Amino acid sequence: MARKIGVYVCHCGSNIAGKVDCANVAEFAGNIKDVVVSRDYQFMCSDPGQEMIIRDIRQYGLDRVVVASCSPRLHEKTFQKACARAGLNPYLMQHCCIREHCSWTTADPDEATAKARHIVEAAVERVGEHGELFSREVEVLPDVMVVGAGIAGIQAALDIAKSGHTVHLVEQSPSIGGHMAQFDKTFPTLDCAACISTPKMVAVSQEPNINLLTWSEVEEVTGFVGNYTVTVLRKPRYVNETVCTGCGACLEKCPTKAISEFNEGLGKRKAIYRNSPQAVPNTPVIDGTICKKITKDKCGICATICPTGAIDYEMKERREVFHVGSIVLATGYDAMDPTPLREYGFGKYDNVYTALQFERLNNAVGPTEGRIVLKNGEKPESVAIIHCVGSRDKNYHEYCSRTCCMYALKYDHLIKDKVGHDTKVYNFYIDMRCFGKGYEEFYKRVQEEGVTFIRGRPSEIVQEDGRLVVVGEDTLLGMNVRLPVDMVILCTAMEPRKDVTEVARVFGVAQGQDGFFLEEHPKLGPVSTATDGVFLAGTCQGPKDIPDAVSHASGGAAQAIALAAKGTVSISPTTSWINPDVCVGCQVCVGLCAYSAIEFDERRNIAVINEAMCKGCGSCAGYCPSGAAQIKHFKETQIFNEIDGLLGMIPDWRPPMEEPDAEPVRIPVQTDQPEKRA
Amino acid sequence: MSQEFEPTILAFVCNWCTYTAADLAGTSRMVQQPNLRLVRMMCTGMVDPKYIVKSLLSGADGVLVSGCHPGDCHYINGNYKARRRVKLLNEILPQFGIEKERVKLTWVGASEGNEFAATVNNFINEIRELGPMEARSMAVV
Ligand SMILES: Cc1cc2nc3c(=O)[nH]c(=O)nc-3n(C[C@H](O)[C@H](O)[C@H](O)COP(=O)(O)OP(=O)(O)OC[C@H]3O[C@@H](n4cnc5c(N)ncnc54)[C@H](O)[C@@H]3O)c2cc1C
Ligand code: SF4
Ligand code: SF4
Ligand code: FES
Repeated sequence: MARKIGVYVCHCGSNIAGKVDCANVAEFAGNIKDVVVSRDYQFMCSDPGQEMIIRDIRQYGLDRVVVASCSPRLHEKTFQKACARAGLNPYLMQHCCIREHCSWTTADPDEATAKARHIVEAAVERVGEHGELFSREVEVLPDVMVVGAGIAGIQAALDIAKSGHTVHLVEQSPSIGGHMAQFDKTFPTLDCAACISTPKMVAVSQEPNINLLTWSEVEEVTGFVGNYTVTVLRKPRYVNETVCTGCGACLEKCPTKAISEFNEGLGKRKAIYRNSPQAVPNTPVIDGTICKKITKDKCGICATICPTGAIDYEMKERREVFHVGSIVLATGYDAMDPTPLREYGFGKYDNVYTALQFERLNNAVGPTEGRIVLKNGEKPESVAIIHCVGSRDKNYHEYCSRTCCMYALKYDHLIKDKVGHDTKVYNFYIDMRCFGKGYEEFYKRVQEEGVTFIRGRPSEIVQEDGRLVVVGEDTLLGMNVRLPVDMVILCTAMEPRKDVTEVARVFGVAQGQDGFFLEEHPKLGPVSTATDGVFLAGTCQGPKDIPDAVSHASGGAAQAIALAAKGTVSISPTTSWINPDVCVGCQVCVGLCAYSAIEFDERRNIAVINEAMCKGCGSCAGYCPSGAAQIKHFKETQIFNEIDGLLGMIPDWRPPMEEPDAEPVRIPVQTDQPEKRA
Repeated sequence: MSQEFEPTILAFVCNWCTYTAADLAGTSRMVQQPNLRLVRMMCTGMVDPKYIVKSLLSGADGVLVSGCHPGDCHYINGNYKARRRVKLLNEILPQFGIEKERVKLTWVGASEGNEFAATVNNFINEIRELGPMEARSMAVV
């Protein structure tokens, strides 16, 4: 069937025309079969340029358009929209690049022109095989799921709830708050962590639009943007949340003890416990692995004490299924375990602490009730704080954890403030990175408190005569240092959570090189992921301080709200399609699809694409032995034609045309209006 | 004589990484030899070995397939599938008298404009060295 193709070659000012003879390319294109009009013009993307295409479509009844200009990654959408405005299906346009891949990178003008001709020829040949395609609108379910209830998940859930949508907030641990709940003070303002986070946590528990699911984990996610089905495992708490008043009577009498995870191994907790008196929810949980009643059918004291009869040793795990339109991941980070850095003696020497342990020491409801003391109960007279432990280190994490310099400064101040101003505090740092709002000022303030800064990463920590000695080099003075201190704090890296790979798999998101969840774009898409409808919030995407985690979370929430508010989402039509007459039912494609978008129809013995889940990656089409699977817009015939065009293989020339004329049309360009440029 | 020979090379590159790198090489004005022509694919996993064979038979002297680094594929693991297919093709091609060096798979990430330009120039040089494809004149398509 004869096509009516229009070809438009852009000069891009001198960006293309400086190398490529655009008029020559347009003339050449005008001679290719089915091309009825071919023009070159200064700026195709400008309004008059687009107008030219629209007018031609109408005037000549064009049914295909080729634009040769900059990269399609820049302006494909622009020209698709122009075609659509003229009533031509946008997929009947082919945009090809003669700037980035031709004029800008080819030295010789003749060679650049020759290459541009090949590129245009390929586009003309390809576009002849294009067909009309239509995006599909699918419904977006109104509810949203937020996974992880640290400060980021809390912020995201509150934002979404405020928009009127229901949020299912899933938290793995017995109560919410994440790492922030472990802190006493936060940099740089030194406001009390509980004072700023507790109101938010309480707001979560009181918000009617938030369905809080603590002590729960997401087991399975199926579906696609707008319509995810999520199975949540509710672990047995053995305490009935709806009956328990949180009086805490049970906690006193339980005889069974274990190391407290929340206190970072400093101190014990009971078998029935809660992380803190302000925990939200404040219903305790029974550790089923050690509780004597549950493991050996002995004891059972808590049930006899509980005034409301909330204890239920028979509770079983159960599963709940939720249908949501989108998912916000806010699963946070882990603080690195410094044990593998044997030179620092963590776990070997009593008074070498991790930063998180120090946070607990300093916390008013922590193991020492907020007193900064050594293991023997005495106050330290000198403390060394080692920055960048496991960060900026090729052997562990190459990245900077972005918070350690700042929380080290926080500790400097807290030690001076709480232990006494005569306490000696030494910071071993590589660079001080105080980039946030008010951070540099905080650094100055702490410097004035009489804290010592030694530039250099210590080589080891040893114990001599019962005292710790930090061995290293002051690289500014070029001197070796051996510094005896009472206490050492290791500022350990923020790293991806231990289960990050498993969680990434469940939600179908990718991990970056550093192991954190990978955002869609490092600059312009920091909260979305390659999986539509799954967004990121907080430190699960990379190390952040609280202000950044909260802003990031609000960004993720906004994306989820945008989807839910519109209520529909348009799905790209460039998916795979399996021709039922050609498919032999070998099922190879089913296993190849990374998105489980291919189902097997047993009755018809053929594979069928679920278009809502298909991303159009082409893994199936690239393999299908019978050629039944084809990506719409990347069909075999289209690619074959493109190859032929690029190789100048089209024999089907026709003599130069006389009618209709391809004279460049003069389009008045208003000089007082600056033209839009690429 | 082989100095006179200017090869024609087709490259099937994925939209998200190598095509973006090619854009970047362009924006950074990294001059490349003009022998290469790009075919934009959404992912290297989309590259049917048929396309490569067809290119070679229709006049390409070399075919480059290039996508995201392992682990970075926009579609999770399309590049691993491409790797498998190219490897297989590399094994089969010599049986038809086509040097396996004519088909090459590389990973060039979105930010690696310089890497793209270098890859292109190197591959063109390699194929120029290899000379015209003898097998084409004999092949029965
Ligand atoms: C020692 C130390 C001190 C710090 N001090 C400060 C400070 O003073 N000021 C400051 O601004 N920043 C500070 N930070 C940084 C701060 O901790 C983080 O910015 C903040 O806690 C990040 O919050 P988040 O919600 O992203 O992650 P997290 O706090 O880690 O919360 C993640 C939550 O998700 C839950 N979760 C994880 N996986 C799952 C799953 N699969 N399913 C369900 N739930 C899951 C976790 O249980 C947790 O509750 C400090 C960091 C460290 C290491
Ligand atoms: S029954 Fe279990 S939780 Fe309750 S008091 Fe005894 S050991 Fe503790
Ligand atoms: S194109 Fe990719 S996502 Fe779509 S069905 Fe094929 S393999 Fe699955
Ligand atoms: S998207 Fe680049 S290789 Fe798959």
